[in-house]
Amino acid sequence: MMLEIAGLEAFYGEQQALFGVGFDLDAGHVRTLLGANGAGKTTVLRALCGTVRTAGDIRFDGKSINGWATEDIVRLGVAHVPEGRGTFVRLTVEENLQLGAMTRRDHAAIAADIEQIYHHFPRLKERRTQQAGLLSGGEQQMLAVGRALMLRPRLMLLDEPSFGLAPLIVEELFGILREVNRDTGVAMLIVEQNAALALELAEHAYLLETGRIVMDGPAEAIAADEAVRRAYLGY
Amino acid sequence: MQLLLQQVMAGLANGAIYALVALAVVMIYQAIDHLNFAQGEMATFSAYVAWQLITWGTPYWLAFAAVVILSFVGGVAIERVLFKPLHNASILANLVAFIALFSILNSGDGYLWDYTIKTFPSPFGTQPLFGSVLVDAHEAGMIGVTAVMLGLIYLFFRGTRLGLAMRAAAANPESARLVGIRVGWMTALGWGIAAAIGAVAGMLIAPVVFLDPNMMLGVLLYGFAGAVLGGLTSPGGAVLGGFAVGIIENLAGTFIPYFGRDLKLTIALLVIVAVLMVRPAGIFGRSVVSRV
Amino acid sequence: MTTPQQETALFAPSAQARRAQRAALLSTRHLVLAGVVAIAAVLPFVFQGFVVFQLTQVMIYGLAILGLNLLTGFNGQFSVGHGAFYGLGAYVTAILMNRYGVAYYWTLPAAGGVCFVVGTLVGLPALRLRGLYLALVTFAAAAALPQLLKFHGLEDWTGGVQGIVVDQPDVPEFLPIDADQWLYYFTLAVVLVLFAGASSLVKSRTGRAIMAIRDHEIAAAAMGINAPLYKTLTFGVSALYTGVAGALGALAVQFVAPDSFPLFLSIYLLVGLILGGMGSLPGCLFGGLFVLYVPNIAESVSRGLAGAVYGIIMLLVIFAMPSGAAGFTRYIAAWVSRRRAEVKPKPIN
Repeated sequence: MMLEIAGLEAFYGEQQALFGVGFDLDAGHVRTLLGANGAGKTTVLRALCGTVRTAGDIRFDGKSINGWATEDIVRLGVAHVPEGRGTFVRLTVEENLQLGAMTRRDHAAIAADIEQIYHHFPRLKERRTQQAGLLSGGEQQMLAVGRALMLRPRLMLLDEPSFGLAPLIVEELFGILREVNRDTGVAMLIVEQNAALALELAEHAYLLETGRIVMDGPAEAIAADEAVRRAYLGY
Repeated sequence: MQLLLQQVMAGLANGAIYALVALAVVMIYQAIDHLNFAQGEMATFSAYVAWQLITWGTPYWLAFAAVVILSFVGGVAIERVLFKPLHNASILANLVAFIALFSILNSGDGYLWDYTIKTFPSPFGTQPLFGSVLVDAHEAGMIGVTAVMLGLIYLFFRGTRLGLAMRAAAANPESARLVGIRVGWMTALGWGIAAAIGAVAGMLIAPVVFLDPNMMLGVLLYGFAGAVLGGLTSPGGAVLGGFAVGIIENLAGTFIPYFGRDLKLTIALLVIVAVLMVRPAGIFGRSVVSRV
Repeated sequence: MTTPQQETALFAPSAQARRAQRAALLSTRHLVLAGVVAIAAVLPFVFQGFVVFQLTQVMIYGLAILGLNLLTGFNGQFSVGHGAFYGLGAYVTAILMNRYGVAYYWTLPAAGGVCFVVGTLVGLPALRLRGLYLALVTFAAAAALPQLLKFHGLEDWTGGVQGIVVDQPDVPEFLPIDADQWLYYFTLAVVLVLFAGASSLVKSRTGRAIMAIRDHEIAAAAMGINAPLYKTLTFGVSALYTGVAGALGALAVQFVAPDSFPLFLSIYLLVGLILGGMGSLPGCLFGGLFVLYVPNIAESVSRGLAGAVYGIIMLLVIFAMPSGAAGFTRYIAAWVSRRRAEVKPKPIN
């Protein structure tokens, strides 16, 4: 089992945000975290990256990574596409992608990977020497995903990838995510407000409410359960 | 006309030093959002160490190289030991740390090497360059070394992975961590490079203004003026600002003799104030909007 | 619906409250203060002339630091250049006495007034400068001051490099004390009045507004506090205080010269402030003690050492004792009262 979480608590200063969250994620699988605003979904991702204070058990490949610095967790192969994308706005598109591979040493492969990203996202190739901050929201999101992929990650954490994007772009993006998961076998943990879309992509879903998992199950089952959908997912 | 050209060239020569100091100031500012008030004193200390090595018989360029390396290490050490713990502390705490560093280094210089003015050798000599009356060999050397250093730094930042990592860490530390960059060490590296740049500036200006513990105070203020004029968010702008300030200083000294010559520090102050009032981001800088 | 009489009764202090107010006046703090003043009044007769002179200087530096405290400690505007106001006040006194024969006691309000005006004028552009930028500008101003004072164009006024000699204030004939003691008492009186003024300012609504601006300027402005007005006036008042201190300093040292007011003076004042404790009034005197004695002691070892010692002290303070001596004292006082509360189980009869 690649990722095992048990009894996870997270704190922003004195404020506790997660109250004993636990779940697993195996290599190659796609799971999604759903829930309303403030439920703690982003906090889970931050806990996995080491950017928030945690207590409890987080294991990657059986090794406890609780308390590890973000830079070290990244080197295990965990790539985080944060809320708001975290684009380096003053650097070029190409430089943003190069930064994704900062912890790798295989230069020839890095160059090949950049071309592969451009293959997935042709619009980025057109803008490769432009400042990333000039890109549209959808393009920046693709850049963020591309940057994460440059790590050749084993696990991708995506925080609200559909946020602020037009529906067509979102469909395109999720299509690419599906393709990437199929081709490279990278596991994904997706936090989404757009539950319908996330449930189409993921195999398994977790529902969070005020820092606790209140329900989990196969994505189709959750999507089919009308009561759950009305209560938690808003549709 | 000849006088004007001469003064412009002399201004460029001094401006080269201000440009180097401005660059060092901007490098640290980009890394930690604070102005290093002790930058000049670090440079003076480096110059004193060089002087000591030379006095003990070390050949000039060997001493030069050794001091640049030692300054780099020193800069890294100062960041790790002194400023890393203060990273999340108040602005005042950081300000006090800078002023403390300034005091310790300034007084340390006087204590270790006393307050008598010392001469510092120039590797270029002071003969007029190629018989020209516009500029002498040392001035040309200052401009030349500055140009070379700026070129190296530009290549480092634009052309190397480490340079890219440093730029990323300065621009967006959170995102930099997410791609695995060790942001803390990038800051330390920035300090080291700034210290090395400062050392070069100190060793180049010492032959002109003579070595004493207060040598760099005026230079530092002009460096700040240049950095502020060019824009604290733009290394290239800061360099141009440094050159511009050098020219302003010299032209003011020559053509407004009433106060130009004796009130150099006041002129630096006026430039700083004027820029901060009229266009706080500097000519090439970008204003930063922060959320409340 | 309440009648008007009932409404006012809600807010009028009861007899009990008024009694409590009077009791507060005689509280420990005030007793301690009275004790300190009494001791201060006696000191000049206990010690010799030179020590009296030094005690006078401690008070003067404490007053200068109080000025800086009002600006930086209470209002959050950083100044690494208050030595310039000190020097300005000193020069006003020197010029008025030396060139115009003004009596020494009139030079104090003059110095205060000039510094208030200059401080307010400086405070205006300072509105546009935040944090380190303001520190930078004040730093540059303090560095530029000696050069400006030596400037040959102003020599007629400033006396150039040689400076100006200041006559020692004459002792009023009816008092049986010497000149040093008179200067001490004169300084003590001025310092007491100004400290009292600062204390009541700090406790007033204005003081709260000033501190609100320090803590969160935008929130303060959103609450209707006219931040630019308060900030500018605080600059002026702060300069006034330090300027009066400078004037007293000129009277004490009997000499002003450009090199009496180097950049390091501003740094010493800042160190004194953070060591005494920002936002603490008594801390200023503790800081003044340091400003006087540490350079003296250090310089007897080596001229260069004073600055280095100061630097190290600054670092120790910000790392170990961020609220300065005042904070440390508060901490000890709290510890003591906690111990007292623990130690008293009443025996059950």
